[in-house]
Amino acid sequence: MRFLGLRVEKRQTIPPLLRALAPVLTAALALAASGLLIRLAGGDPIESLRMIAVGAFGNVQNLGETLVKASALIIVGLGMIVAFRSQVANIGGEGQLILGAIAGTWVGLRFADLSPLLLFPLVVVAAFAAGGAWGAIAGWLKARLQLNEVIVTIMLNYLAIYTLNWLVRGPMRAPGLAGGFPQSEAIEQALWWPRLAGTRLHIGVILAVFLCLAVSFILYKTPWGYRMRAVGANPEAARFGGINVGRTLVLAMVLSGGLAGIAGAGEIFGLHHRLLDGISSGYGYTGIVVALLAKLNPFATILTSVFFAGLAVGMEAMQRSLGTPFALIASIQGLVVLLMLLSDVLVGYRLRRV
Amino acid sequence: MTTDGVTPLVDLRRIVKRFPGVLANDGVDFTVLPGEIHALLGENGAGKTTLMNILYGLYQPDEGEVHFRGQPVRLGSPRDAIRLGIGMVHQHFMLVPPLTVAENVVLGTQPAGDLLVDLTGAKKRTLELSERYALPVDPLAEVWQLSVGEQQRVEIIKALYRGAEVLILDEPTSVLTPQEIEGLAGVLRRMAEEGKAVVFISHKLREVMAVSHRVTVLRDGRVAATLATVDTSEAKLASLMVGREVLWRVAKEPRQGGESVLIVRGLEAVGDNGLLALKGVSFEVGQGECLGVAGVSGNGQRELAEAISGLRRVRAGQIQMAGQDVTGDSPAQRIAAGLAYVPEERKRIGSIAEFSISDNAILESHATTFSRGGVLNQKAIDAYVDKLVSDYDVKTPNTANPARTLSGGNLQKLILGRELSRAPRLLIAAQPTRGLDVGATEYIHQQLMAARAGGTGILLISEDLDEILALSDRVMVLFEGRIAGTLRSDQADIKTLGLMMGGARVEVPGT
Repeated sequence: MRFLGLRVEKRQTIPPLLRALAPVLTAALALAASGLLIRLAGGDPIESLRMIAVGAFGNVQNLGETLVKASALIIVGLGMIVAFRSQVANIGGEGQLILGAIAGTWVGLRFADLSPLLLFPLVVVAAFAAGGAWGAIAGWLKARLQLNEVIVTIMLNYLAIYTLNWLVRGPMRAPGLAGGFPQSEAIEQALWWPRLAGTRLHIGVILAVFLCLAVSFILYKTPWGYRMRAVGANPEAARFGGINVGRTLVLAMVLSGGLAGIAGAGEIFGLHHRLLDGISSGYGYTGIVVALLAKLNPFATILTSVFFAGLAVGMEAMQRSLGTPFALIASIQGLVVLLMLLSDVLVGYRLRRV
Repeated sequence: MTTDGVTPLVDLRRIVKRFPGVLANDGVDFTVLPGEIHALLGENGAGKTTLMNILYGLYQPDEGEVHFRGQPVRLGSPRDAIRLGIGMVHQHFMLVPPLTVAENVVLGTQPAGDLLVDLTGAKKRTLELSERYALPVDPLAEVWQLSVGEQQRVEIIKALYRGAEVLILDEPTSVLTPQEIEGLAGVLRRMAEEGKAVVFISHKLREVMAVSHRVTVLRDGRVAATLATVDTSEAKLASLMVGREVLWRVAKEPRQGGESVLIVRGLEAVGDNGLLALKGVSFEVGQGECLGVAGVSGNGQRELAEAISGLRRVRAGQIQMAGQDVTGDSPAQRIAAGLAYVPEERKRIGSIAEFSISDNAILESHATTFSRGGVLNQKAIDAYVDKLVSDYDVKTPNTANPARTLSGGNLQKLILGRELSRAPRLLIAAQPTRGLDVGATEYIHQQLMAARAGGTGILLISEDLDEILALSDRVMVLFEGRIAGTLRSDQADIKTLGLMMGGARVEVPGT
């Protein structure tokens, strides 16, 4: 390919500095492009971008809001890393998160008398088990019957969403509530996950960092992680090496779904304190994006999650204060993802004078 | 043949090509004359493929010039090369499996404006070329159904269809049977007679001597020599290629007797195409014995190796390993029973390209030898990998590098080392030296013989009859999924084996 006396050429190796700088430059470029969009829509780009930054990171409260969203994304994203590393496309984060939320709420309501210190691990384990079981269905169907996990997990999402709808309108609906909001009874306040004063930032953020360490330990330091990576990188070689590929796939989906389930419990015990419709706000999908942009690296997922959470929170702030239409905000988010994916490819090339 | 008075078709001058950390071509001069078959010989990593990729426009040289028919040319992409009449058949074929032969041949040659492919014309042209060069292939067959040899013919027809005057073949014989190699040689000679030029990349001395007019030997990115084939010999070429005298024969100790480590009875298995590939095969391999399995590719060798290693389901029959019935066992259970396997497809099955060399080395043993309390024992792994890499002469700057950075020979040494380091009772080695250079082949042979002397029973599946005769105690010939016969290797010769490989029943006393 030639253009203006320049030739595009594939790089043999990518300089580490460039590799590190590329996402930063792309983010800046994406923001500049967003500014242009805002300008075209008749807004003031500088003011808008400032508003996004302040909205996302400007004060303790806003920062807290960003980190709350980020921790949910990190936990779901970690699950995606486990699945995608094992070459299973888990599109079912939504459903697994909802199952975790349901199980967590149930445990919180059923064992309301338990000490919070005991209940916390119980909730986490129950949410993990529920999300994991939901994931295992897709894993088992793939391993056993070669059913495509993309289709199965998407269908399981619908199943989970409508199960939730039914539960909060039926069996788990709070009886006392007049007006009949579709939601469950509230969890005892003593059992809520503690927050940082003045913010909604709850201990889920610590849990997220801990899980990040745990996932990277499992993936790189244990035989189970070895097997998952081997199956993901080359299932035939894994089978040749005596690895039970099917069992490994199911295990990966259990871990993946279980992590999404924990994120679901976090939404309940950290934020809403009761089960209600639409608790996920798309984490199951954004979780895939943050994991893939992080190149399936657990620690990089923290960065991509904070970036995406900040973008979402900042844009909401902009929407509130400047009245920016939602469509514009959604386009900007799409633009950012697209540019980041592009930069990832383009980093592998360089321009040379012909 | 000399260069005097004839304008070379291709004239590469002082070509330099650098890759990070490697000088792949270091001032290479290379000419190709019309009507000649020019062999480009060298060990893996000597720069043969790089040089030809430059001629085909896939790489641009850092220094040096490319001349075509006396004119300097710039080859920015394969499109430029094809336009000049340079065609290339890669080692890994570039065909579209679900399309027919004719469709593959015309693929990409149609003007972009045409909506419909002229299939009748394509079929006709394919047939013409097929007949003219004696390249038998059915234009309407779909490519996935074809054998490797047939696919190669399609690639050659494709290049000829595009008007190739210079045809480059990268390691064309590494996937062919002896018969197919003969056929290919005939095709190349016919092309040369018509004034076309053929460059074929190889490291097999015998073929170079049999087929080529001139030979250029590359070593470490430089031309070691360009010679007329009639003026040289295999031994001369080998020492030019390796840079030292080459040991030709492997020392084979007489076999120590021992019990059977593998007993196969009435084995039947179905191939990928759904047909019965093994039709009742029975044999034994003794402790410290090497049983060679000869045969034309596709007569059940692959299925045999996969059935014994547990990768392919058995339809009938029984497999005993070290006295234990493993017929229905998983690969893991067979590995535990003492099986080691060096598979034919070392990249697809034998290793994980994106895994580090170190991770590849613990494929079978990560959960047993190298795990403690559910955690990988990194210290033990590092010590083991360091020893493995030095014991088996795997050349790599760092064992944390991905396995795909290893050359074919080094990867094979790593796999062989990994398999042998578990002190297996039985080793299945399928095409263990296919595509490897002289040095690596020599090394692998020595290691196999060392394992045999240590009491490991070896099932050596190979299409290289010289290899089988040199290493085996007995040779078993497979033909259409049955055993055509078994000979003691000191009583076998290539001619008899060749007949058996073709399906003739040969009675040999004393086996």
